[in-house]
Amino acid sequence: MINYILRRIGYGVLILIGVNLFTFMLFFTVNTPDDMARMNIGGKRVTQDAIEKWKVERGYDKPLFWNAKAEGLDKLRKTIFVERSVQLFAFDFGASDSGRDIGYELKRRVGPSIALAIPTFILGIFVVIVFSLLLVFFRNTYVEFWGVTAAVFLLSISSLFYIIVGQFFFSKLLKLVPISGFAGGADLFIFLALPVLIGIASRLGGEALFYRTMFLEEIGKDYVRTARSKGLSETVVLFRHVLRNAFLPILTSTVAVLPLLFLGALIMESFFGIPGLGSYTIDAINSQDFAVVRSMVFVGSVLYIIGLILTDISYTVADPRIRLS
Amino acid sequence: MPKIVLLATDVALYGLVVAIVFYAWHVRKTPTLHQTWRTVLHDPVAMSAAVVLMFFLGVALLDSLHFRSLLPAAPGAAADAPAAYSTRTLSVLDWLLEKPREAREKSYSVPLATRGFEKESIVVDGKSVRDYPRLQFGGAHLKDPDAAWASDVARRSVQGLAGGAVGVAVLWLLVAWLRVVRSRASVTASLRAIWHRNTVVPWRSMLVTASLIVLCAGWVAALWPFYHVFGTDQTGNDVLYQAMKSIRTAVVIGSLATLATLPFAIVFGILAGYYKGRVDDVIQYLYTMLSSIPSVLLIAAFVLMIQVFVDKNPQMFETALQRADIRLFLLATILGLTGWASLARLLRAETLKLSELDYVQAARAFGVSNLDIMRRHILPNVTHVVLIVAVLDFSGLVLYEAVLSYVGVGVDPTTNSFGTMINSARTEMSRNPTVWWTLAAAFAFMVALVLSMQFFASAVNEAFDPRARAFRVRRPKAPQKVSETPAPAAVVAGD
Repeated sequence: MINYILRRIGYGVLILIGVNLFTFMLFFTVNTPDDMARMNIGGKRVTQDAIEKWKVERGYDKPLFWNAKAEGLDKLRKTIFVERSVQLFAFDFGASDSGRDIGYELKRRVGPSIALAIPTFILGIFVVIVFSLLLVFFRNTYVEFWGVTAAVFLLSISSLFYIIVGQFFFSKLLKLVPISGFAGGADLFIFLALPVLIGIASRLGGEALFYRTMFLEEIGKDYVRTARSKGLSETVVLFRHVLRNAFLPILTSTVAVLPLLFLGALIMESFFGIPGLGSYTIDAINSQDFAVVRSMVFVGSVLYIIGLILTDISYTVADPRIRLS
Repeated sequence: MPKIVLLATDVALYGLVVAIVFYAWHVRKTPTLHQTWRTVLHDPVAMSAAVVLMFFLGVALLDSLHFRSLLPAAPGAAADAPAAYSTRTLSVLDWLLEKPREAREKSYSVPLATRGFEKESIVVDGKSVRDYPRLQFGGAHLKDPDAAWASDVARRSVQGLAGGAVGVAVLWLLVAWLRVVRSRASVTASLRAIWHRNTVVPWRSMLVTASLIVLCAGWVAALWPFYHVFGTDQTGNDVLYQAMKSIRTAVVIGSLATLATLPFAIVFGILAGYYKGRVDDVIQYLYTMLSSIPSVLLIAAFVLMIQVFVDKNPQMFETALQRADIRLFLLATILGLTGWASLARLLRAETLKLSELDYVQAARAFGVSNLDIMRRHILPNVTHVVLIVAVLDFSGLVLYEAVLSYVGVGVDPTTNSFGTMINSARTEMSRNPTVWWTLAAAFAFMVALVLSMQFFASAVNEAFDPRARAFRVRRPKAPQKVSETPAPAAVVAGD
């Protein structure tokens, strides 16, 4: 077991090295730092002096891989690759292109992201399971037919519509909650209520359909038939037997996305003015801050890999028949 | 002669149409495929959805024939001077919709309005008053818009709907006649069969859907030359026209991005599943790496890189439209480049299963080369997976485009798309009074497109994946005896 996990972690590190190299190639060799400087300062008529100054300020004036001017080990160390890319492995993100410390920003912003992501996630799973269980309970009736039709309809609506219409309806017309913003303490609830609600609604359609097929798959199995033939009521069969067994795939699939919650919800945070990592990323993309985008790519893949490893572990915990080797 | 302009996405879109026609011909030749597709063809919901999709595809294709019109020769120019072309590239759709395209107001106006949305200082009888100004084009033909507006709109609506009704009647008769043209049965009998759903192909559902589209088109056609049917946006552009233009962007993104995933997914998926071992390890490593990067960030990274490239090489693109188009094309390619992992994983699993089967083993024993086995024995047997994923992905991509445009890594800001429309709606909804029509137009068109694709995709999925068929939702009891089992005797020949 320990052996296996160590091997998976090793593989994860290998993937991270790949991601690191890949993003470095994408950001520094496809387009040179000169191009980035030009784009960041703006316009085509930028003087070479301004570009050089921009590069020196951000440490992009060094060579990419091999610094011939430096002495000894510094030949390798004083390069963009080591300073901006390899350092990420030590979670040293450096300064963003606008000059602020990325690591500090990440620490400050992860809280609000989590405050939004966790309630959305937990309540979301609950609502989805209830909805899909209802669909299964009322199968072959009009409830199921219209329920599934509604789910497909919900699925076909862009999440942006949910947000815009939700803000319009709840904040502007009914004035129940503020349109956007964020505050700690007791106000947190007021600010998060609408984003959480919309987050759940926009995911409901697709996930309910997915869970429904999962439950239906389970319901066709032998043990369910046995339970029914024992004379158990449909409710008991559904909640005691089917739900428990279907919980295994649900659990393992949620474990995989659990770490990614830290990344925050891009759209939701930026629409509702929540100062989390999602809105940080969007701001970085809009202001073309490559240093932040690179750091977020790295953090994102670290979290994804943690999710992969956790999934493997959760299989063994949830189902003793599975042995890792 | 106008100068024809071939944009990258135009070529790709028409190439796609040719590919679909070729596939249809292939299906006709292959009995098993034909049989599977027949279940889709006989599904009323799927076929109604297909009618809507055909409408959208038609609009997108009309919008994909671009040209630059010939300018009149300059006075005093030599007779053999080279012809000068307009710098604006137009499509056939632009040309058809010239009137609403050119009818530009100053700012917002409500659907079907004759006056502006906000008060302005206007001069009436020599005095300056603050009032809602008359629109330049919307209702410009009316002398006294306040009195005559209602009756004019009503009259034109009736005319339009009547015209639409004629179109509907022609459509029904045409289909009824075409069905029996070879067997020479009576058209009335054919109409009756359609109406009572005694046809193998669900003509009634399809015709009802088509009729709705024709009626709407008739109504719009009667009103559009005189009013802005969906109002105007902040800069006074017709919103319905923008929505029509956005269809092409959505179709391009949905189809090209799916298409762009296929080469990587198919080649890597099959190679990994067939060779196993080292090859498999490398390919798995590649796609785990790709999928470990959050997709929005990966796309953003690529798009930022493209932006730098386009900024650096402005001489490569003759017109602004070409520049915007290359961005759309590359965006679709990027979506493909970053999105092949999930399909590759499915294909790998399927190939792993297939390569253990007897017929593949037999081929190997006969000394058929690896390449030939993959091409002749594996590829044809995984196409159903490809097809299912391709149709299921389409609607997701259309929705994704809106998100990407919001993040700022979507289409060029000058390209009309549902994403850019929704973005502008964001501030409009918080105005007072609310400007709701941009959002409404984007919503209506987008839901119609995505929803019909969903229904069509689920029918294809059920036809090709027997497991999905088990979870199909059936409408309880009601029309079972008529539609689900059409009695062969009652079927009028000609289907």
